Amino acid sequence: MSDADASRDKDEPKPDAVDTKAPEPEGAGGATDPSDTEEQSRSQSVLRQILESSTLVVVMAVVAALLIAGILICFADEDVRTAAGYFFSQPADMFSAIGDALGGAYSAIFQGAVVNLQAESFAGFIKPFTQTLTMATPLIFAGLGLGIGFRAGLFNIGAQGQLLIGAALGAFIGFTFHLPFPIHLLLAVIGCALGGAIWGFIPGFLKARTGAHEVIVTIMLNYIALYLVAYLLTREAFQREGSSNPISPIVDESAQYPLLLGSQFNLHWGFILALGCAWFAWWLMERSTLGFELRAVGANPHAARTAGMNVSKAYILVMVIAGAFAGLAGSAQVLGTEKVLTTATAGSIGFDAITVALLGRSRPLGTVFAAILFGGLRAAGPTLQVQAGLPVDIVLVIQALIVLFIAAPPLVRSMFRLPAPAHEKEVAA
Amino acid sequence: MSAMTTEASSAPQQGASGQVVKTKSWKATIGLGAVALISLLFFGFGTPTGVQTTFTVATSTDFIAVPSITVPARAAAVTLSIVALLLTGYVAFRANQFRKVGVWLPIVYGMAIMGALLTWAGADRSGTTIQLTGLLTSALFLAVPLVFGSLAGTLCERSGIINIAIEGQLLAGAFLAALVGSMAGNAYVGLIVAPIAGGLVGLLLAIFATKYWVNQIVVGVVLNMLVIGLTSFFFSTMMTDDPSLNQSLSLPSIDIPLLASIPVLGPVLFQQNLLVYIMYVVVIVLQIMLFKSRWGLRVRAVGEHPKAADTVGIKVNRTRVRNTMLGGAVAGLGGAFFTVASGLAFGKEMTAGKGYIALAAMILGRWSPRGALAAALLFGFADALRVQLGIIGSSIPSEFLAMTPYLATILAVAGLVGLSRPPAAEGIPYKK
Repeated sequence: MSDADASRDKDEPKPDAVDTKAPEPEGAGGATDPSDTEEQSRSQSVLRQILESSTLVVVMAVVAALLIAGILICFADEDVRTAAGYFFSQPADMFSAIGDALGGAYSAIFQGAVVNLQAESFAGFIKPFTQTLTMATPLIFAGLGLGIGFRAGLFNIGAQGQLLIGAALGAFIGFTFHLPFPIHLLLAVIGCALGGAIWGFIPGFLKARTGAHEVIVTIMLNYIALYLVAYLLTREAFQREGSSNPISPIVDESAQYPLLLGSQFNLHWGFILALGCAWFAWWLMERSTLGFELRAVGANPHAARTAGMNVSKAYILVMVIAGAFAGLAGSAQVLGTEKVLTTATAGSIGFDAITVALLGRSRPLGTVFAAILFGGLRAAGPTLQVQAGLPVDIVLVIQALIVLFIAAPPLVRSMFRLPAPAHEKEVAA
Repeated sequence: MSAMTTEASSAPQQGASGQVVKTKSWKATIGLGAVALISLLFFGFGTPTGVQTTFTVATSTDFIAVPSITVPARAAAVTLSIVALLLTGYVAFRANQFRKVGVWLPIVYGMAIMGALLTWAGADRSGTTIQLTGLLTSALFLAVPLVFGSLAGTLCERSGIINIAIEGQLLAGAFLAALVGSMAGNAYVGLIVAPIAGGLVGLLLAIFATKYWVNQIVVGVVLNMLVIGLTSFFFSTMMTDDPSLNQSLSLPSIDIPLLASIPVLGPVLFQQNLLVYIMYVVVIVLQIMLFKSRWGLRVRAVGEHPKAADTVGIKVNRTRVRNTMLGGAVAGLGGAFFTVASGLAFGKEMTAGKGYIALAAMILGRWSPRGALAAALLFGFADALRVQLGIIGSSIPSEFLAMTPYLATILAVAGLVGLSRPPAAEGIPYKK
């Protein structure tokens, strides 16, 4: 939470700072400093604040990750390798090969995630961006839940399992019952959230009652969820008629999220729901009493207990909320993009969401932006493969590098020779 | 029974005279008892009467031929379940005395339950027998990466660094072993380079944990992701472009003379490849080094109370970095199991979550090499059992058997199998 306060300070620091701090430093600072140098030092300090800000660190972390990925891309590129073979006779060849490889890769990322410059219609032009938003939707949901957990001091690795169980329950409602449109969708969405919440309740309860470490329990529950869904998909109730593959029937249209921008785009109303949830998460953590308690527990459980808060209840609640959000991420998959339940429904969303929440510093708005960034990287995967001939795995590398760099601001600062802030803040989570 | 009551009555006095307030923990008793009862009802009385289960123990290479053992199924399953119940009774007896039980008990208990399960599963299946030797051999084999992984975890966590990156270290080891082994055309070269890859991942973890004070779990998760991304990337580019960089090599199996001809255990323990023999050595050496040597004492001091360790002149962060690298190297060596020791070429994400199971084995083994070995063998056994029951066609869905290691771990961390206490300073960066 000190993060949020600090960044707020940075946005509009001067009037507030002067007003509140006026009584104390006036005698010493005001009298000795001529207004000229004060003006100068103020502009300097603004520059300094920009250089010290964590936003710049985030941007630089992304840049550094893309640069390192660039090295890998060059390394993997056959033309570059052949050109490197005769580097000393014709160095220019190698540089042009590097240029081609990097240009191809970065433009593929851009065209796959933002806009398609070769498109003939406007729809085709913006389609990549809508795809990015579609990919970001489950990441927003799951990232929000994890972020709440991190702020309450719980490290939940279990979004993967919670998502899967939520998706299983939601999809089951979606393809088993046949109800009219809004009711069916509503029930299926609630089913997803409920499934996730149940799966989140288990580690929360065990943590509160026995002190079992949530990291271990959630990791184990991920696998149990995976095998449970794999088992369910061999049962008649979950299996598609006439198929022996582990794949469920298609979810009824009445239980699917309606498309947001018409049939040309995959973007569905789940995205709007995700934004709504982001607002809710912000309200919950910043404006509600419960959120205050959760943050207090996260900051110092002993102090929170001394202050009369029920820490056990907070742990359980946080995990239930995080699980419900992860379950909603499952709804974005089974009721939105994929429309069926398989064991691969969760993909790597649960783990990606951890990086999303870390990148977004566990704040709802940050999480939304981080999810869009990673959603873009995921959306760019196929284009990378087709246009630049690069395996999608490079996306995973970029993602991991970004989070590593962001988690260690001093490393990024030393790489780009940025000044260190006056007092180093602890990284969230 | 009478002995139990007299002991119980003397226990509170002991507590009072020692002036230490202790609480009796019945969680273990309840947990073990519940499982034993389920075993009795389901496996014991669930087995039809008058049928038999045949266990095959001999292999063709045995020096002394041991005949197959055929037991009356129901009686055997009931007896084994009752043995488990008796063991539960012993746990209750010890708990009443405020004392814990040794590592042997969960092992014997587990064997009894597994025996009951096997007897039940193999009952009345004419033509199919339970291949005991085969089951144990594959259990040991499947446990190899788990043993190395959980040893790695133990090494790191005893010095206070949480190592979630075991998965990444295994995968990195598997990748480099396949790559360099293929280049050299020799599986043993792969075995030599595998620890280097794991050690590098360990070094990264150590740097981020001790220099930048990043949450160690975060680093671990992200490093796993990074290694998966990197290895998959190189697999799809370099190794696919040039298949000669990713051949399936295999370590030859080495028979230890004499020992290998012991019935049952001989082929299981002493007809394995070099990696398995290295594993025996590493477990023994680490068990002795961690608990009986000066180095081990220092490592544990750093993990339990870094400030005190620092005060007496032990370099806390240096110890942690070294241990994490060493741990990474051990895990990397275990990673060689997936490629050169199994005779397979490298594949994307081929460790498939084994690193996380190793983590579980470490916790279940209470942060000691010996315990890690036992827990890893248990998980390996569960895995082998899944395969075996799949072959003889059991009515238990294989998914549920696959779940057992994870469920066992949750029960363990939730305290049902006994208190598991991690090193005190684990996960806390040491700042002077």
